[in-house]
Amino acid sequence: MEMTKELFSVLLTAILTQNFVLAKFLGICPFLGVSKKVKTASGMSLAVIFVMVLATAVTFPINKYLLVKFNLEYLQTIVFILVIAALVQLVEIVLKKYMKSLYNALGIYLPLITTNCAVLGVVLLNIESNYSFATSMVNSLGAGLGFLLAMVMFAGVRERLESCDIPKALQGLPITLIAASLVSVSFLGFTGVVESIFG
Amino acid sequence: MESIITAVIIVAAIGLIAGLGLAVASIAFAVPVDEKAEAIRECLPGANCGACGFSGCDGYAAALSSGEATDTTLCSPGGNDAAKAIAEVLGVSAGDVKPKVAVVLCQGNHANVNTKLDYNGVESCKMAAQLFGGPKDCIYGCLGYGDCVKACPYEAIFICDGVARINPDACKACKMCINTCPKNLIELLPLDTVQAGVFCKNRDKGAKTRKQCKVGCIGCMKCVKACEYGAVSVKDNVAHVDYEKCIGCGKCAEACPVKAINLVDIKRH
Repeated sequence: MEMTKELFSVLLTAILTQNFVLAKFLGICPFLGVSKKVKTASGMSLAVIFVMVLATAVTFPINKYLLVKFNLEYLQTIVFILVIAALVQLVEIVLKKYMKSLYNALGIYLPLITTNCAVLGVVLLNIESNYSFATSMVNSLGAGLGFLLAMVMFAGVRERLESCDIPKALQGLPITLIAASLVSVSFLGFTGVVESIFG
Repeated sequence: MESIITAVIIVAAIGLIAGLGLAVASIAFAVPVDEKAEAIRECLPGANCGACGFSGCDGYAAALSSGEATDTTLCSPGGNDAAKAIAEVLGVSAGDVKPKVAVVLCQGNHANVNTKLDYNGVESCKMAAQLFGGPKDCIYGCLGYGDCVKACPYEAIFICDGVARINPDACKACKMCINTCPKNLIELLPLDTVQAGVFCKNRDKGAKTRKQCKVGCIGCMKCVKACEYGAVSVKDNVAHVDYEKCIGCGKCAEACPVKAINLVDIKRH
């Protein structure tokens, strides 16, 4: 029971209070780049969720049984980049062969996020927080879901910005960044929510 | 010293395993690829911009090779070079690809058409069109708020006296403006060919059109009678030119009492 409670707490924290995009400012590039339409935003986010969970599942044992054992924790960043990139390529090859529809749905986004800082960030933060394997997996899932939430919400905001009369100086990226900061500020409203539920 | 060696060995080993694993996987899980699609893919720029309407360059190449798509000119970044290269791969003669440019088929500038209301809303044709069809008397004409200007990736379009005009030198016929225009006024016309073009889309009856615009097509059928090749027809009170049949003799343009038909001879400089 205690375990389930902790996992739920980690999940909600990763989605809401410690949202990777809006609170930790990781993965800003895809957040601004592919959030023009809800459809592409959700496709990208699904790929991110998939890769995040997969990357955690692979990097956790590598860290525990290889890097920690030989006192090589300082190699985490480079080894993880290597492993995640190779893993995603492998997954892409396998998906292309056996699950054509999923491959088409994730499409171009899968290779794009191999070295996404949010993906690397989640595996490094899992280790930094001394999470167990199960907690790490849940945290990665939550981070991915939080990314989905932020992307889809922001894509909705941007679709509405399209039909607004924006001053010329602010058109394009400037108004997008302002909107992103407002969405980020609104997420600060979740501060303390998770603690008060599970505290 | 020893720790460096262990580190080097471990990273190198992981890299080697990953590399070998990928190499084995790419052979073991190889998907037979269509050679034709692969060849077409080589002709495309690889920007994956989606302007062709497919899921990226791979999608377009696959559609072309399977016969799902036949138009080789859809790639706007690749332009005519890519179109020709694809045509060669597909065995369609390159001459089949006629260079085209987009043209705005409306002459309803401020001098020719009156305004019925003072529009102060969002500067967008899409928005303005929702309010009584736009501020101009003619609800079929160009609104001049420049949705096409914003859509054009090549900065080929500008608004001139309330009507959009396209610079044929910059236009790459990517159809972005055609898909954007809420009045469907933009069409692709062949380049370097003298042809007649009807610069009006007004479907109202002649008497009504006359009140709205000085150069609106009134559907008088004079052009149909003047054309010796049967290239001009009138449907829904507005004339159409069949570009396949038109030889550019200009008789319809001469006969048109409102000068809605013009001879177009678009050239790039």
